[in-house]
Amino acid sequence: MKAAVLVFPGINRERDMARTLRLVSGRAPTMLWHAEHELPAGTDLVVIPGGFSYGDYLRCGAIAARAPVMDAVRAFAVRGGLVLGVCNGFQILCESGLLPGVLMRNQQLRFICRDVYLRVERSDLPFTRGYNAGQVIRVPVAHGEGNYIADGETIARLEGEGRVVFRYSSPDGMIDPNWNHNGAINAIAGIVNEAGNVLGMMPHPENHVEAAIGPTDGRGLFAGLVEALERAA
Amino acid sequence: MIPNETKITPELVAEHGLKADEYQRILKLIGREPTLTELGIFSAMWNEHCSYKSSRVHLRGLPTKGAHVIQGPGENAGVIDIGDGLACVFKMESHNHPSYIEPYQGAATGVGGILRDVFTMGARPIACLDALSFGAPDHPKTRHLVSGVVAGIGGYGNSFGVPTVAGSVRFHSRYDGNCLVNAMAVGIARADWIFYAAASGVGMPIVYLGSKTGRDGIHGATMASAEFGADAEEKRPTVQVGDPFSEKLLLEACLEIMAKGCVIAIQDMGAAGLTSSATEMGAKGDLGVTLDLDKVPCREEGMTAYEMMLSESQERMLMVLKPEKEQEAEAIFRKWGLDFAVVGETTPSKRFIVMHTENGERKTVADLPIKELGSEAPEYKRPFVTGAKPPVIAADEVTAPHGTMEALELLIATPDLCSKRWVWEQYDHVIGGNTVQRPGGDAAVVRVEDGPKGLALTTDVTPRYCEADPFEGGKQAVAECWRNLTAVGARPLAITDNLNFGNPERPEIMGQFVGCVRGIAEACKALDFPVVSGNVSLYNETNGRAILPTPSIGGVGLLDDFSKSATLAFKREGEAVLVVGETTGWLGQSIYLRELCGREEGAPPPVDLTEERENGDFVRALIRDGVASAVHDVSDGGLLVAIAEMAMASGIGAVLSAAPSDIPPHAHWFGEDQARYVVTVPASQAEAVFARAQGASVPVWRIGVTGGDALMLDGERPVSIASLRERFEAWLPEYMAGKA
Repeated sequence: MKAAVLVFPGINRERDMARTLRLVSGRAPTMLWHAEHELPAGTDLVVIPGGFSYGDYLRCGAIAARAPVMDAVRAFAVRGGLVLGVCNGFQILCESGLLPGVLMRNQQLRFICRDVYLRVERSDLPFTRGYNAGQVIRVPVAHGEGNYIADGETIARLEGEGRVVFRYSSPDGMIDPNWNHNGAINAIAGIVNEAGNVLGMMPHPENHVEAAIGPTDGRGLFAGLVEALERAA
Repeated sequence: MIPNETKITPELVAEHGLKADEYQRILKLIGREPTLTELGIFSAMWNEHCSYKSSRVHLRGLPTKGAHVIQGPGENAGVIDIGDGLACVFKMESHNHPSYIEPYQGAATGVGGILRDVFTMGARPIACLDALSFGAPDHPKTRHLVSGVVAGIGGYGNSFGVPTVAGSVRFHSRYDGNCLVNAMAVGIARADWIFYAAASGVGMPIVYLGSKTGRDGIHGATMASAEFGADAEEKRPTVQVGDPFSEKLLLEACLEIMAKGCVIAIQDMGAAGLTSSATEMGAKGDLGVTLDLDKVPCREEGMTAYEMMLSESQERMLMVLKPEKEQEAEAIFRKWGLDFAVVGETTPSKRFIVMHTENGERKTVADLPIKELGSEAPEYKRPFVTGAKPPVIAADEVTAPHGTMEALELLIATPDLCSKRWVWEQYDHVIGGNTVQRPGGDAAVVRVEDGPKGLALTTDVTPRYCEADPFEGGKQAVAECWRNLTAVGARPLAITDNLNFGNPERPEIMGQFVGCVRGIAEACKALDFPVVSGNVSLYNETNGRAILPTPSIGGVGLLDDFSKSATLAFKREGEAVLVVGETTGWLGQSIYLRELCGREEGAPPPVDLTEERENGDFVRALIRDGVASAVHDVSDGGLLVAIAEMAMASGIGAVLSAAPSDIPPHAHWFGEDQARYVVTVPASQAEAVFARAQGASVPVWRIGVTGGDALMLDGERPVSIASLRERFEAWLPEYMAGKA
């Protein structure tokens, strides 16, 4: 795995992400400054980590989506390169047009940090091959604006094409408003683009990878990516 | 001699919060009438908040030294050695007055200020904690303050990117007119790479970094040094506005230029902004400073020297850089999009000289002796009276209004004992990937870098004890902090103290202050637990009504292996439930007496520091040896509340033995005797633990066995853990939704 982690001013989970990539893949990622115009040669995974790029001013992700490095990311995605956006990274992917929809303020208008349960909807993506379809994983969320929404047609397409990858669920996998902490439509926690190579998700799998610290359910996502990239190489 | 354009009248002096005799002191010191800018500088330096004029004489009694202390009080934050070449940098500071006036920005900038104190010293912040005190839940302002303060703390810390891992929230009518927001930040630095405020070398460039200077926060420190009257709301313009995004950039830029070896001295611009930071760097380095205000990056046009010197705009730093590294440092700051300007230089004169162009004319607007600005600040030995000790309330004088289990159900749903999840879920407590123990336990545990070491962190104080007996209350605050660190298995290392009191010009308030500080000093000495940083907040008083004396204690402990930390949740069924420490049934000043009997009375439980130490060392050893499976400190609410919290954290219940015949059941279960822990051990090891306790002269009793899904007590109906949890979790969300 040769990952590049994008660093925008105000991003703050880049260190968490870099540590997780290093722990799971055995190789430290390149930390790539927003003003760069190119990805490092041989990059096979771009990660946009969480945080508050540009202070969330204007709209979450709106300014970062227009940074020079994002042109390179768009080109990389068009070529089929794997792109993972977590939390603010998901917001940036939506703002940059790589994914549809938008993340609105949480339904109860408060920032929420807690462990949530996600039902993994499919296991045939490079991002989810470490899980079984229908499996429930426990990972933390930490966001004020994670309430996913898109127009009816887009939602219908996403659902019809099986592009909803993660949904907030109860511990036994039931979709239930009581377990959907931010009010996202159809309990959507993560989606992919049409080609299946760009994933955006609100929860933080990178914070649940070490047994000494807590649950390790997030590890499967990164381990799956490592495996997928090794097979491709 | 500088010409003076504004006549300094007695009214103007009073408006600057300076007393007539303090003004005479200024005249004597400089030998002439000050300019308006100079008067502003004196008001900024000599107010209570910056000068500690009422408290200094008493603070000298606190123990501040220890083998592991690298830097005690007097710098931006305290520094302790945690081994492996690493140091822990930490401090707690209040932002009470601003938070009451404008809760979101007041609390947010409190967090911002304390984070800056920590990274100014070269440390990357790894955790924040917050000790909050609010007025009675039924006071019309309380809900608004809770909502704004919590959102402000989260809004700043979450965006900056530091986990907020622990803290406390209490309610009492004595905070109706003055809420308390005490924020603590903890960082990690290389022990041989700590940065200080003292400038060195003559002719060195003084560099201004960070955000631009605006007209916000002018006189903030002066405002925080007076009590509130009916006009508190009118003081809103003195509250600063925070920008966590700029602070995050400032952090990264500062750490980067520090790593490159560019920095000689650094001081953050907090209270009293440019004035306080520039004079501090000069005075500590035994040097003069000349500032050229024409070079200061300003947000607004036409700012006067007076405004620039007193602005408390946030996210700003002052540094003395190595001249040969200036360009490199500037490039780093430009990369992060921050302002960078050389605004002055160090001089051999020991004068603080401020130049500014006004109306096209370049003038000296201040020329003051730099050291005396700080060292000649007034110091008061204010008169104080010690209140009479309240009587001890015997347990059998208190009639139990409820059965034991019913009392438990009521107590865990009271504002002070209920779950604070609604609060800490608004704080990102997992960022960093190092939070081993999250909020809700005795102390948070945070891994240090990649381990195996961990830091245990907590904040504690029991204001109602301090009110009843300041000396015992001061001792108790330190002892409970030490106990909470011990309960997770950590070795307590040092504290930061944040002393919140009313108007020190009233002898009874000064008496509370003196008593609490003496109690803190005694406990710190007995427990080898030095004070390495702190902050004093006085005048927390509105229309003559003072807050409860609230000396918040923030403690840091060290775990050699974070993965061996103990948690409070019961682990397995069939384990022995033990109580370590003596239970006498002390109901005076207990939550039980206040909440269920409506009496805020009596002497608080005495703290025997020898017992504290012996019992704590015993428990820590049980954790270290892997014998203790769950540990919880016994504090507010007493024994049964502690056991209920252990059960709720796990879902496992317990069968408890009846109270001993010589103590009334309600006193046994809800009394607040100190130096106690509830510990579970495998049943097979209980006897060995008793033998070990006997050897150490530590009292240990078996009070039950874990198991089932309820708490069971002879002669009482069982209470299911599920129903307890429901009550425990319900109050705060319902209250905030306007239902409770």
